[in-house]
Amino acid sequence: MNRASPRRAPSRLGLAMLLLLLLLGCAAGPARGDAIVADLSSHLIAINKGFTGDSVVLFGATDGPGDIIAVVRGPEREMTVWRKGRVAGIWVNVESMTFTNVPSFYAVASSRPLDEAVLPGAAALYRIGAANLKLQSKPAMTGERAKRFAAALIEEQQRLGLIADEVGKITFLGERLFRASIAFPANVPTGTYLVEVFLARNRDIVGGQTTPLIVSKVGIDAELSDFATREAAAYGAIAVLTAVVAGWLASLPFRGV
Amino acid sequence: MDIYLPIAEMSLDVFLLLGLGAGIGFLSGVFGVGGGFLMTPLLIFIGVPAPVAVASEANQLVGASVSGVLAHWRRGNVDFKMGFILLVGGLAGSATGVWVFTWLRQLGQIELTISLCFVVLLGSLGALMAVESARALLRQRHPGGARRKLHRHNWLHGLPFKTRFRRSKLYISALLPVGLGFGVGVLGGVLGIGGGFLLVPAMIYLLGMPTAVVPGTSLLQIIFVAANVTFLQAYTNRTVDAVLALALLVGGVIGAQLGARFGTRLRGEQLRFLLAALVLGVAAKLAFDLTAHPAHLYSVTTDQR
Repeated sequence: MNRASPRRAPSRLGLAMLLLLLLLGCAAGPARGDAIVADLSSHLIAINKGFTGDSVVLFGATDGPGDIIAVVRGPEREMTVWRKGRVAGIWVNVESMTFTNVPSFYAVASSRPLDEAVLPGAAALYRIGAANLKLQSKPAMTGERAKRFAAALIEEQQRLGLIADEVGKITFLGERLFRASIAFPANVPTGTYLVEVFLARNRDIVGGQTTPLIVSKVGIDAELSDFATREAAAYGAIAVLTAVVAGWLASLPFRGV
Repeated sequence: MDIYLPIAEMSLDVFLLLGLGAGIGFLSGVFGVGGGFLMTPLLIFIGVPAPVAVASEANQLVGASVSGVLAHWRRGNVDFKMGFILLVGGLAGSATGVWVFTWLRQLGQIELTISLCFVVLLGSLGALMAVESARALLRQRHPGGARRKLHRHNWLHGLPFKTRFRRSKLYISALLPVGLGFGVGVLGGVLGIGGGFLLVPAMIYLLGMPTAVVPGTSLLQIIFVAANVTFLQAYTNRTVDAVLALALLVGGVIGAQLGARFGTRLRGEQLRFLLAALVLGVAAKLAFDLTAHPAHLYSVTTDQR
């Protein structure tokens, strides 16, 4: 896909934008009232054939020293966690719990270790860090069991790379310009993402900005899976017909046999 | 070379899929079975989610059976009346099967059911085949022995709705093929198999059909049952991966033709013993996976919206 080619070198693009920002920053500094400005090198992650993951560059500037924390959040989904247990010698799903607000993707980046950058209270308030996701079960439950299942859900998602288990690095160039590379795995879910960038001073959040990011499948595969979801009946009929025609075509060369 | 499967949401080597299709196709060419009963578990082994493996294998079976029926039709070995009556049961059975599949999926037990069913089916099938081919191998060394009676009358022949099947030279109750079709249809809906390996012996021993018309007629019914399963799975569960099905189909058709061509030159009994070993091996692996301590006690499913 043509659209995909500029993303081949996100860091170079990001660097160019950073330079542009640097020039602007020298001239005027971030606009008055905005403690922080930030943007992404690309607002689209296109999943095409042979997609093996991608990264975008987050960059921006602050109006003075401080810590930067970025939270990348995919669209929320309803997910069910199953626990296997042994029944008559066989491992069977015996217990389940459904959570209604699981981010399909979650990653955090910070300029310093999270506990040094923000107070636990502020991190909880802004849902920074996998421990602060505030997963809600359906039907609503609290207590040990809910905690156990929520922890298992986070662990499973971390294993799949859909919740980042490490805090990414945000680096400062000088005192006010920052940049970070946000990596997305090959199995990144599609949808509209939100990238929240926070500015922390004295371990408290003093400013922030939110910018969207679209993760979308492109190309024939995307259209096919989209079609299979929207027009399930037509897709089913076409799948059957294709197989019939393919089977018929395949028998032609052997007609004389 | 990897190929992205849009419904399974994973990439697999296209040559692996073609090879898998060709290998199973070869076996089906030699033995005249569909091969779905081996393909679905093998797809699960290479990482395809079980629901997608079942539904896509049904889709592949449509094409494979069309190709097979055409070959038999040209030789006049299809009993259309029998096929139609089997189909009445088959359509009802496969619709029931897909309904059961959907229900089990909601309960979170579909993977377990698929594995368990395959362990039982393949375990008993493999054991039977192993015993049968071992006996045949022994018989080759010690020729002779008693011939069994070909046709026996029992309570099955007392059922109502007697119908004449000219092509099969039979006069039996229509309830028999309807019931048989229904049972195999349910299995098709839940397991994505055509059920040829059950249907063929049942048609020969239970219905008493002449062996020559059995493969063509069973394939005819499998086309429509598999088509019904494909459509219903695509509609209710959205688990049919047409790309996967097509890749398997291409390999399968080539393999089936090679199998039909070279099958006659191979030593039948040894080959049957090997197939029995393969079937038992797959059953053993599935059984092991069911009983071994899982690497991850918890699993996550994203609910459809």
